[in-house]
Amino acid sequence: MGGRAEWLPVSGANDPYDPKQVAALSQEALDDALALGVAAFSNAADLEQLAAVRPDHLGDRAPLLLARRELGALPPAARSDAGKRLNSVLGDLKTFYAERLGQLEAERDARALAEERVDVTLPWDRTPRGARHPLTTLTDRIADIFVGMGYEVAEGPELEAEWLNFDALNIGPDHPSRSMMDTFFIAPENSGLVLRTHTSPVQARTMLDRQPPIYVVAPGRVYRTDELDATHLPVFTQVEGLAVDKGLTMAHLRGTLDHLARQLFGAEARTRWRPHFFPFTEPSAEFDVWFPEHRNGPQWVEWGGCGMVNPRVLRACGIDPDEYSGFAFGMGIERALQFRSAVSDMHDIAEADIRFTSQFGVEQ
Amino acid sequence: MKVPVSWLSELVDLPAGMPVEELDAAFVRLGFEVEEIVRPPATTGPLVVGRVLDIEELTGFKKPIRYTQVDVGEAQPRGIVCGARNFAAGDLVVAALPGAVLPGNFAIAARKTYDHISDGMICSVRELGIGEDHAGILVLGQDGFEPGTPAADVLGLDDVVFDLEVTPDRGYAMSMRGIARDLAGTLGVSWRDPADLPLPAWSGAPAWDVTVADADRCDRFSMLALEDLDPSAPSPWALRQRLTQCGVRSISLAVDVTNYVMLELGQPMHAFDRDAVRGPITVRTATAGERLTTLDGADRRLTDDDLLITDDSGPIGMAGVMGGASTEIGDSTTAVLLEAAHWEQTGISRGVRRHRLPSEAGKRFERGTDPEVTVVALARAAGLLVEHGGARVVGAPVDVDTRAPRQAIALDAGLPGRIAGVDYTPTQVVEALEAVGVTVEGDGGTLRVTPPSWRGDLLEPADLVEEVVRFRGFDEIPSILPTAPPGRGLTERQRRRRSIGRTLAEAGYVEAPAFPFIGTPQLDALGLPGDDDRRRVVTVRNPLSEEAPVLRTTLLPGLLASLARNVARGLRDVALFEHGAVFSGGERAAAPLPGVDRRPDDATLAALLGAVPAQPWHVAVAVTGQREPRGWWGPGRPAEWADAVQAARVVAQAAGAELTVRAGERAPWHPGRCAELLVGDRVVGHAGELHPKVCETLGLPPRTSVMELDADAFPAPTVPVAPSISTFPPVHMDAALVVAKHHPEAELRAALAEGAGELLEDLRLFDVYEGSQVPEGHRSLAYAFTFRAPDRTLTGEEAKAAFDGAVSMATAGFEATLRA
Repeated sequence: MGGRAEWLPVSGANDPYDPKQVAALSQEALDDALALGVAAFSNAADLEQLAAVRPDHLGDRAPLLLARRELGALPPAARSDAGKRLNSVLGDLKTFYAERLGQLEAERDARALAEERVDVTLPWDRTPRGARHPLTTLTDRIADIFVGMGYEVAEGPELEAEWLNFDALNIGPDHPSRSMMDTFFIAPENSGLVLRTHTSPVQARTMLDRQPPIYVVAPGRVYRTDELDATHLPVFTQVEGLAVDKGLTMAHLRGTLDHLARQLFGAEARTRWRPHFFPFTEPSAEFDVWFPEHRNGPQWVEWGGCGMVNPRVLRACGIDPDEYSGFAFGMGIERALQFRSAVSDMHDIAEADIRFTSQFGVEQ
Repeated sequence: MKVPVSWLSELVDLPAGMPVEELDAAFVRLGFEVEEIVRPPATTGPLVVGRVLDIEELTGFKKPIRYTQVDVGEAQPRGIVCGARNFAAGDLVVAALPGAVLPGNFAIAARKTYDHISDGMICSVRELGIGEDHAGILVLGQDGFEPGTPAADVLGLDDVVFDLEVTPDRGYAMSMRGIARDLAGTLGVSWRDPADLPLPAWSGAPAWDVTVADADRCDRFSMLALEDLDPSAPSPWALRQRLTQCGVRSISLAVDVTNYVMLELGQPMHAFDRDAVRGPITVRTATAGERLTTLDGADRRLTDDDLLITDDSGPIGMAGVMGGASTEIGDSTTAVLLEAAHWEQTGISRGVRRHRLPSEAGKRFERGTDPEVTVVALARAAGLLVEHGGARVVGAPVDVDTRAPRQAIALDAGLPGRIAGVDYTPTQVVEALEAVGVTVEGDGGTLRVTPPSWRGDLLEPADLVEEVVRFRGFDEIPSILPTAPPGRGLTERQRRRRSIGRTLAEAGYVEAPAFPFIGTPQLDALGLPGDDDRRRVVTVRNPLSEEAPVLRTTLLPGLLASLARNVARGLRDVALFEHGAVFSGGERAAAPLPGVDRRPDDATLAALLGAVPAQPWHVAVAVTGQREPRGWWGPGRPAEWADAVQAARVVAQAAGAELTVRAGERAPWHPGRCAELLVGDRVVGHAGELHPKVCETLGLPPRTSVMELDADAFPAPTVPVAPSISTFPPVHMDAALVVAKHHPEAELRAALAEGAGELLEDLRLFDVYEGSQVPEGHRSLAYAFTFRAPDRTLTGEEAKAAFDGAVSMATAGFEATLRA
């Protein structure tokens, strides 16, 4: 508890010609007042108490301020001396007060913040989280890689003209591979329509639409009459690429696929080719990709097919094969998703269980 | 195509000790995908050839049992009990002796059974793990092996069989001959062509009188006659063993021989019972309505596209597809007419599909056989029948050969290198072509290249390029990234689709793509009226399921099925979206099928593209359970109609379109909770709560809410014009208006905005109250107005005037009263 300042009686007016000492301005008295003030401010435990004792030491009627009134009673020389001493003491006390005030304010703020402490580990999942299907995001990602190379994203309908799905791609009506395609046919029997068995008709549409140079990538859904099981889907997703230009070679095809593989599967990824047959490309190959992150260790994984566009296809689409050459490639997105994200059962891709899809977020 | 290595090594000088892995790699390099490498399961211990010396029939047991004495090359025969009956004394069999362990960890020991000690076991094909046959024990014949010979070699237990996938362009590789040639070529070793056979000096009249009336579909037809065939002569084990390895069932000597020659040379053959053939043979197309009973007993109606073998009685076989029953060789056939022909490929392909008769022969004919080997194949088969069946060839072969000479192809020697991106030397090009059997003339610039008879697929320079690159190998092709011309990036439509998907996902919806196959019951479940345009569907002729034979016209059936599946799996709060094509049905012209030698003309192309039905891109959401979950912060908020409508707004915003909403009525929505969604005057979709009956029918939780709209109906987005942002202070004012309930809030809000004028910056509904404080049939709508001027600080009077303007508009138009 701070001691209260002792009441100092005010002197009567001094006669200017009658210098005399004023007790209240003595150094001793000033020091006492300072000491009392310092003690009182120090003892104030909080801002309230500090505010309560402030008038006793720094208020109008505090000893030091009353003492100031006495200055007038002193002769000039003494007044100057006493004034300096008084101001010094008063300054010290004010500084002390300000410091103490700052200190107590800081303590109060700290206490307030401490009281507002919360458990930051509490969950706040009030806004439901959605997700895009990984087939969509992976398709977009692949399309973006090609758009980055200057390709355009081409599209075609899923319900497609038979001629574009087969004939234009050098798959004649009696070609054995036509019956191997497990096609969904559309009624009536002569409708000339099928559910496209691959994204390749988009190639034909693009080439029928314009002349080279053509650099397009065509993602989309395709259909085969396979029952859904752990490894087969009747409806699945392909990405098809097509480039037709002067002087394109298989080396360019390899460069393109290697680039895609590195973008998707890491810097070490690359492709390996095996001769194969597709009616719409010649030479044709199936390609594997070296996937370093495979959950069973780095390995080659079968991924897609590719080749140089068959001159018969170029002719059917009105492009001169003597002037232009082209390459095409296609791969399954489900397949890529399967090894890239270690999906073991195609049911999970097809069944729209939110526990599956949510894992992939909006941009995977 | 199954390729036993033992057979292959008879034809190809494989490097000694070549590991299976290297063969595997060589096949892959050639483009023959190795589907499986089959090795017989392991057998250990004594397994030997034995000769049955004596058979004692045991009776008194549940089934007849034999106690045999078998010479296994030891001093004394062994007594072995056997339950099979398909063998006789003198037959050579395979005996597993005590100590042997057969596949399946089947340990053989001497044991007492049926009152006799059985000192081993006589084995069936299945017990040996080399086939499925378990009808009896394996009989190797009566001679050819000494008793006691280790059986592993005889049975091919140490052999390896490659199961290769042969692509449909390589008919020649459906034979040991074709595989051997390619393999020898890629390994750089010598080989023996099994078709390189000295033909016997046949003499006499041709075997039969044959006319080929359709030379376009049959340019070579050969026949050879044999007599005195012993119909009961068994096929030698060596032949049966190879057939077994190649997955072909043994039937009789004559059939086994034709199958063997087909596997060896790639030439399918047919054997007629000569005594059943009536008069001269004619090869011709059928007249529509003609009938043929085929070998499988089916009575088939023929079309005028079916190619036939006929005699005086009519059709006796469908060329290349299946023989006829009337001339089938049987148990008593001693005279056969062997036929080997070259058929036009696509005709066979049509016949196989039309009559649904896929076969090993059909597979080869539709991929193309070697017309050069018909007579060679006859000679080869005849040789085997003479050797093993006691037959003799009668007369000379028939050989109707109308083949055109093969055309040479002009090949620019630099083309393969230009296509591959590799500098092949002319020598490398010629070597590669010669390895596949092509004859090359000229050098340097242009080569004259004549494909061999077995490569009917080599027609153009591109076909030859493929062979060169395949033989040189893909590994030497470098990796060079081409430079595409600068692109346009994504189109507005593509950007919009992505934006819609991302926005819905960020709004809490999970993408749920469904298969587009639906059925009428699903449309019924949605309560669609009979004349609803969503019932005009596209039908699949060969659906996977009869329950779902049509293509979706709406995303809702698939999406609601996904929702129900999630709910059935115990997930309660589910918000799904799908975006994808729907298919509009209705009458339309058939798509034309133009030729492919050039681009179709513009009219044909337009007809072709026009025949493809419109496939608009729809977006749909379905939501059930808690839209916002309960938690320690308090209760959750159930999903409701408004969420579905809001999803539509979110989609429109993502698409850059202005959406208006008004009350609508359409299945499958609740008639009082259905919002019609418009862009301008055009209805683009609906949103709201499902009709309770629909929820009930589909087993969905009550109050499930859905939205579907046509994203393609949104107009192309325009470039937004930036508003000018005023930095002067706003004035905020609130008003609660009491208004009759039948007025749509959106209309009232529009009136308020109009009445408030240009100073209105924002208008927000913050409360809806219905209850005792307002008159019956009314509700109170509370709005927060924000007024602001672009160029000055608003005075209270100005703001009040604007506010009054808004309220008086509401009063005038809706009889709204300002609530105190």
